[in-house]
Amino acid sequence: MMRIEIVKRPQHSALFSALSPFIALFLTLIAGAILFSILGKNPISALYSYFVEPLTEVWSIHELLVKAAPLILIAVGLSVCFLSNNWNIGAEGQFIAGGIAGSILPVVFPDFQGWYVLPIMLLLGMAGGMAYATIPAFLKVRFNTNEILTSLMLVYVAQLFLDWLVRGPWRNPQGYNFPETVQFSDSAILPAIWPDSGRAHWGFALAIIAAVVVWFMLSRTLNGFEIKVLGRSSRAGRFAGFSAGRLTFFAFLVSGALAGLAGIAEVSGAVGQLRTSISPGYGFTAIIVAFLGRLNPLGIIAAGLVLALSYLGGEAAQISLGISEKSARIFQGIILFFVLASDSLIYYRIRIVSRLSDTALKGA
Amino acid sequence: MKKLIMALTVAASFAVAGPALAADKLKIGFIYIGPPGDFGWTYQHDQGRKQLEKELGDKVETTFLENVPEGADAERSIERLARAGNKLIFTTSFGYMDATVKVAQKFPDVKFEHATGYKTAENVSVYNSRFYEGRYVQGVIAAKMSKTGVAGYIGSFPIPEVVQGINSFILGAQTVNPNFKIKVIWANSWFDPAKEADAAKALIDQGVDIITQHTDSTAAMQVAAERKIKAFGQASDMIKFGPETQMTSIVDNWGPYYIERAKAVLDGTWKSHNVFEGMKEGLVVMAPYTNMPDDVKKLAEETQAKITSGELKPFTGPIKKQDGSEWLKAGETADDKTILSMNFYVAGVDDKLPK
Repeated sequence: MMRIEIVKRPQHSALFSALSPFIALFLTLIAGAILFSILGKNPISALYSYFVEPLTEVWSIHELLVKAAPLILIAVGLSVCFLSNNWNIGAEGQFIAGGIAGSILPVVFPDFQGWYVLPIMLLLGMAGGMAYATIPAFLKVRFNTNEILTSLMLVYVAQLFLDWLVRGPWRNPQGYNFPETVQFSDSAILPAIWPDSGRAHWGFALAIIAAVVVWFMLSRTLNGFEIKVLGRSSRAGRFAGFSAGRLTFFAFLVSGALAGLAGIAEVSGAVGQLRTSISPGYGFTAIIVAFLGRLNPLGIIAAGLVLALSYLGGEAAQISLGISEKSARIFQGIILFFVLASDSLIYYRIRIVSRLSDTALKGA
Repeated sequence: MKKLIMALTVAASFAVAGPALAADKLKIGFIYIGPPGDFGWTYQHDQGRKQLEKELGDKVETTFLENVPEGADAERSIERLARAGNKLIFTTSFGYMDATVKVAQKFPDVKFEHATGYKTAENVSVYNSRFYEGRYVQGVIAAKMSKTGVAGYIGSFPIPEVVQGINSFILGAQTVNPNFKIKVIWANSWFDPAKEADAAKALIDQGVDIITQHTDSTAAMQVAAERKIKAFGQASDMIKFGPETQMTSIVDNWGPYYIERAKAVLDGTWKSHNVFEGMKEGLVVMAPYTNMPDDVKKLAEETQAKITSGELKPFTGPIKKQDGSEWLKAGETADDKTILSMNFYVAGVDDKLPK
């Protein structure tokens, strides 16, 4: 009988920390080549259509930015939460809350138009996400409730509320009773950055700005220091005079605001109306993006782009090679597996313990 | 590194050479909402695609993208198909409507066909099926076969297409038994076998002895088979999943339409249109009438023949709405716009329509 243990390494190698993404990429390429060969596809053209083809055309790069923008925005906010030991799993709900709050103007007051509509919408979106994130923060601080559960359950509440709104009071009266709102007017649409070449909208620019600002806050300000100290050891933080409760609110408000901003940016920039579902799970995928970027906002930009690329690549491979959507998803899983495994193995090592040595140990 | 670059160059030249070889073929793309293995909605569209390939052989080449979410992702997926050289693209779910129209503006030389929507353009056609005609026949059968006089109906979403089916079913049933009732459970999903099965169980526990569904999986049919009651299939012939259970099924027969439209593109006669076709045109086909006495089968066949010939239109007055107000006067027939935006129940439905 054997047992596998994961043991923390006393020290981690700086060299391997730096090399880890490349090792992961290398292993992914090999595993991918094997996978595609088994499927009877040419592994080189498969990997080409996965990683290179989406980058060979301008429109496709635009699509990459469209896909990456919400992931980066949400993940940057989540990094503040996770670093401070607040496990906000409900970014999906905050994304939806932001999408709904930001859509109040174009849906309920469609005649209200002008340059100021868009800024108000974005602010309302942030406010919506913040307000929604306050609920689990309050419950945690006041009643010591587990924020993983409360924030996650609030996702379903938000999804059903959106569903109800779009089927009922906010339904487009001219839309044959289908569940969607009116199309937003032009002044409520987040414009494209370079409209001549594709549909990437200013949401991506907002994502980059957010990442840089949060990076600065985390690495250069007292507030950032407080987040890290309390996150690693709340006792040490308390000795330093930092308040864990206040920080919980701060972290949830920041991540709620960014998720809400991502929500309204997606609705206004990419969709142009509210529908019963506005996210294919961005709030959950962003958790992966946050860890892939090692909770560093600048790393998150890269991680968001990589994950977006894997979606686009999967689609390209479906068309150019005719592999199924399931194989494309499996390959995406393989990428994440290797990246996260390489990272973990830098901090932990795997020890295989046989029953024999175990009893021997006990005997001694 | 050098080798990698070489390999990539080779791969790139293949990728570029690919479309050139197939230049004289008509490339046709499909966007699916679910997996082709759902044995329901997407399965039937995929069957249509296969029929098209079989019929037109090497004149066409088809590709599909499955499990494409409605919304922002759909636009990219459709654009990708257009950029991959597809000259005819079928987008097979209502939620792709705006994305289809947006992409169509960018690719004026590509023809788009959107299923079950209402927005057309110079290069965007809409095709829709009168599934409700089949529901009417099912209603007639249900009222003949049910002992409790109550049928259970598993709905997906309360959109017009589904509401049409519920109303048509009860109107058919009322021609046999004026007191017939339907109970409705909404699954809030097109494809969720677990939820659909739960809904079927709940309905049976409430005393219905016939199950019909407007969702895409075979789960309800399987529950009905276990509980030894009768049921109707949906979208495809589900007899394999209930050999003793299925009485008939509304089979979405898209193949002929796909073939006709592909031929039109090949001939250069393709024009944008908005069609709403049913039994007469062969879009709605009934699976064989099974598990019922001969007299019921005969009545079902007669009803089907009358609808096919146009003699019988399911939405013909006198019909009262659920709240008792008059909808259609005697002899009056509902127009297509009213049918396509139907958001109310007729009398006899034991459910409140979610608003």
